[in-house]
Amino acid sequence: MRPFDYLAPTDAATAVRTVATNPTATYLAGGTNLVDHLKLGITHPDLLVDTAAITTAGITDHHGGLLIGAATRNSDIAADHRVRTRYPALAEALLSGASGQLRNMATAAGNPLQRTRCPYFQDATTPCNKRRPGSGCAAIGGHTRGHAILGASDHCVATHPSDMAVALTALDATLHILGPDGPRTLPCTDLHRLPGTDPTRDTVLEHGDLITAIELPHNPLARRSRYRKVRDRASYAFALVSVAAALETTDGIITDARLAFGGVAHKPWRAYRAEQALLGQPANDTTYRTAAEAELTDAQPLNGLDGGNSFKVPLLTRTVIATLRNLDQR
Amino acid sequence: MNAIGQDIPRRDGHAKVTGNATYAYETDVDNAAYCALLQATIAKGHITEIDITDALALPGVLTILTPGDVQKLAHVDNPELAVLQDNHIAYRGQIIGAVIADTSEIARHATELIHLSYHVDDHDSAFTADRDDLHTPKALVTGAPADTTTGDVDTAMRTAPHTIDHTYSTATNHNNPLEPHATTALWQDDTLVLWDSTQGVHAVRTDLAEVLRLRPDQVRVICPYVGGGFGAKGEPHAHVVIAALAARALPCRPVRLALTRAQMFTLVGYRPPTVQHTRLAADDTGALTAIAITSTSPTSAMREYVEHAAAPTRMMYAAPNRATRHRLAALDIAVPTWMRAPGECPGMFGPEVAIDELATALGIDPIDLRVANEPEVDPETGKPFSSRNLVACLRQGADRFGWADRAPRREGDWLVGTGVAAAVFPAFTNRATASIRYERGHYVVEIGAADLGTGAWTVLPQIAADALGVPLHLVDIGIGDTTYPYASVAGGSTGTATWGSAVLVAAETFRDKFGTDPTEGDEAEGSHDTGPFNEHYSTYAFGAQFAEVRVHADTAEIRVPRLLGVFAAGRIINPRTARSQFTGGMTMGLSMALHETSSLDPRFGHVINHDLAEYHIASCADATDVQAYWIDEEDPHVNPLGAKGIGEIGIVGTAAAIVNAAHHATGVRVRDLPLTLDKLLPGLP
Repeated sequence: MRPFDYLAPTDAATAVRTVATNPTATYLAGGTNLVDHLKLGITHPDLLVDTAAITTAGITDHHGGLLIGAATRNSDIAADHRVRTRYPALAEALLSGASGQLRNMATAAGNPLQRTRCPYFQDATTPCNKRRPGSGCAAIGGHTRGHAILGASDHCVATHPSDMAVALTALDATLHILGPDGPRTLPCTDLHRLPGTDPTRDTVLEHGDLITAIELPHNPLARRSRYRKVRDRASYAFALVSVAAALETTDGIITDARLAFGGVAHKPWRAYRAEQALLGQPANDTTYRTAAEAELTDAQPLNGLDGGNSFKVPLLTRTVIATLRNLDQR
Repeated sequence: MNAIGQDIPRRDGHAKVTGNATYAYETDVDNAAYCALLQATIAKGHITEIDITDALALPGVLTILTPGDVQKLAHVDNPELAVLQDNHIAYRGQIIGAVIADTSEIARHATELIHLSYHVDDHDSAFTADRDDLHTPKALVTGAPADTTTGDVDTAMRTAPHTIDHTYSTATNHNNPLEPHATTALWQDDTLVLWDSTQGVHAVRTDLAEVLRLRPDQVRVICPYVGGGFGAKGEPHAHVVIAALAARALPCRPVRLALTRAQMFTLVGYRPPTVQHTRLAADDTGALTAIAITSTSPTSAMREYVEHAAAPTRMMYAAPNRATRHRLAALDIAVPTWMRAPGECPGMFGPEVAIDELATALGIDPIDLRVANEPEVDPETGKPFSSRNLVACLRQGADRFGWADRAPRREGDWLVGTGVAAAVFPAFTNRATASIRYERGHYVVEIGAADLGTGAWTVLPQIAADALGVPLHLVDIGIGDTTYPYASVAGGSTGTATWGSAVLVAAETFRDKFGTDPTEGDEAEGSHDTGPFNEHYSTYAFGAQFAEVRVHADTAEIRVPRLLGVFAAGRIINPRTARSQFTGGMTMGLSMALHETSSLDPRFGHVINHDLAEYHIASCADATDVQAYWIDEEDPHVNPLGAKGIGEIGIVGTAAAIVNAAHHATGVRVRDLPLTLDKLLPGLP
């Protein structure tokens, strides 16, 4: 751990300018991931800019939907009655993540920006293109149980660890961002990127961009949403696979659907192909299987020291079926 | 007057839960300096250059220890302790330097400013059981031979109507006590004081005095409280020597050294994996005609450690033809060590699953099959058992658990099954001396034992109170300090029996010398040593583990809603602390069964899931209903106290019971730990 400066600005525009013009500056929110990285030597910022005074905590009604302030704690979002009734998948995703203590610290904006838990990324003594560009990907040929089956590259096979972001992706949430050029919005589905040849970048955000709020749009379908996480222990573990889903049926025929996957790609994976395959079809296991398989036709499981992660393909397929079946039977 | 057997709360409980118990790192000293370790990032080779200029220039850095630039240490049996003696690197993560600074932050920062060059040799860290360079260890830690043979297993396997011949494996597990290893060291007036988190203060003193070329009376080790050890604190590791060298470099200034969680994955030992080729032969009634196991494990090329997983097969069941073998692969990896029930814990996995497989093949209840193969005497030695109540444990456990109606069933989305396995752990004692002094109306018992969370602070006064025939509140106890008489390490489930036996002798001596009306300052000592008890009897504790397992029909997620164990472990001194030991062991066994695996990457030579987010230990949500019971067992032969030791048997057999239950629920037989959902998934409809 190296010494760094700490700034707690009260004016958001000044803070954004400060970070945007200083490549070694970074924002500090709940700190549940960043502080680990400082200790592990994964990142070495010279300046931490605290977002506590320049972002708001709280959830407000907003055009029939909800606006979640960037500083709102994960535990408070999960406990909010409006979130629980109108966007249950989000509440379930939050409660399935981390621990009670971490959820009390982690913020709304920080959660989707947490970085991969690939053990090679987190071990500064091993090669990692995300941590040290050009050093290679140690996960390829290593322990790959937690790694991607969709959208990976030869440069990086990491997965995004957030549960919350998977729900936000399925629920068509929008980010409110303050950048050096002023405020703008960005669909959550476009926030995270695939690794390609530059895995150092997890998201499309530019250095200095500050998420100020997360907007959940009005959508009755979201009331019938849920988040299903499959993991290696009953609590405090990252997803092997997860599914955020919403389903609408009329007379046994699927009329609307939202589907996103976690634990399988460098980003929360919105399953557009599967959604298309569901529409107009009878709500049954055969349909669900066909939809899941449509999304997974391009899946590329990894070999690895621990037997690889090919189990994720049938596991995700079965989890999709079980989740949609459960939604239909509610 | 009967303090033994009473449900007495822990004497140290209040201090611990209120945060007032001081652990080694928190020792109240003035002006402490802080030590941070530098570790090798190659698995084999040597350092060609080490440049500490930048690190030394950092304000607040006091001194830096580098290879070859420290005191020449004495040659001792444990090469782990020969720190910084040369540039040689034997495993990735080995300590190759240490920075001592005014704050821990400065010390850690300075380690990043040390510039290193290596000569890298090819390393070999890949363990498989079919390597062609396996070797046979000279002996087990108990002194027993590595291999044993009785009769002719191969012929029995060829001629028996029923055989089981499978390979089972257990994973690498790290002890991971809650409290990281830590030492506060002070060198003053040619004397070294170590406040060290250890299972044995005297063991640390003996080893440190020897390696540092000091007289034992120049070293004092203090350890009132330990936040768990599970064997990883059973002997001093390299960092304790570093702390001592650091203190010696800064006389009169205390130095604190605490390992990070990541460092605990390389520096303080672990349970190596085992591959267990297990064979059973049986007649139509289920009577075993042969039982055999070959257990293969890796060890470190730096120091040999044998995980004696074939040992329990030697005495567990009757069979005329028997063979047990241990094989090792010496690799360029960190040094393994004892972890809760070394040998027995992994060694009762393969055979206890194999027994279950045989029961299934024969259509015999697995409890009945075990009962049918009870030996009359220890098959290994021919000696009688001092007591052996495995059958009683199985029967009582079956009643309590509800074994009778065990048809596998489906409840909603969950497939439900049950399983059983046997447990065993040897009942040894070691050497200890206790003193008792009469002081202001109280009896002050002093013994250089350690309480690593097991309850020694509480149970030793109970034993003393009864032996002296006085109320419990008149007994004071002092442990965890080498100024108290010698006591063996808290390991091998020997603590209470050994130290308690010494207390018994001390009490008897005290009463003999001073009668029932002593005067202020009257003092007596008493000692206990191993045997003669073990020479005439085979001494073991036994148990039966029952598990209910639920497997999700879609996702194969595994839950263990119920664990129930019944144990026969001699005299139980304190049911409260005893239950905690049993259920703690069982929970750790559940954790071993479902979760724990250290992912060694042989390309680098180290374990890469080195934190508690990625190295999974059972969470509270995983261990929801864990119950322990015991048989009232009177064993006059095992030791003067009649207690067998309970710290380890709770973890033995648990994993087998869970794997057997998962098979019962799903029909899928998993032979490799941990039991994770990907291993069940292909077998589900």
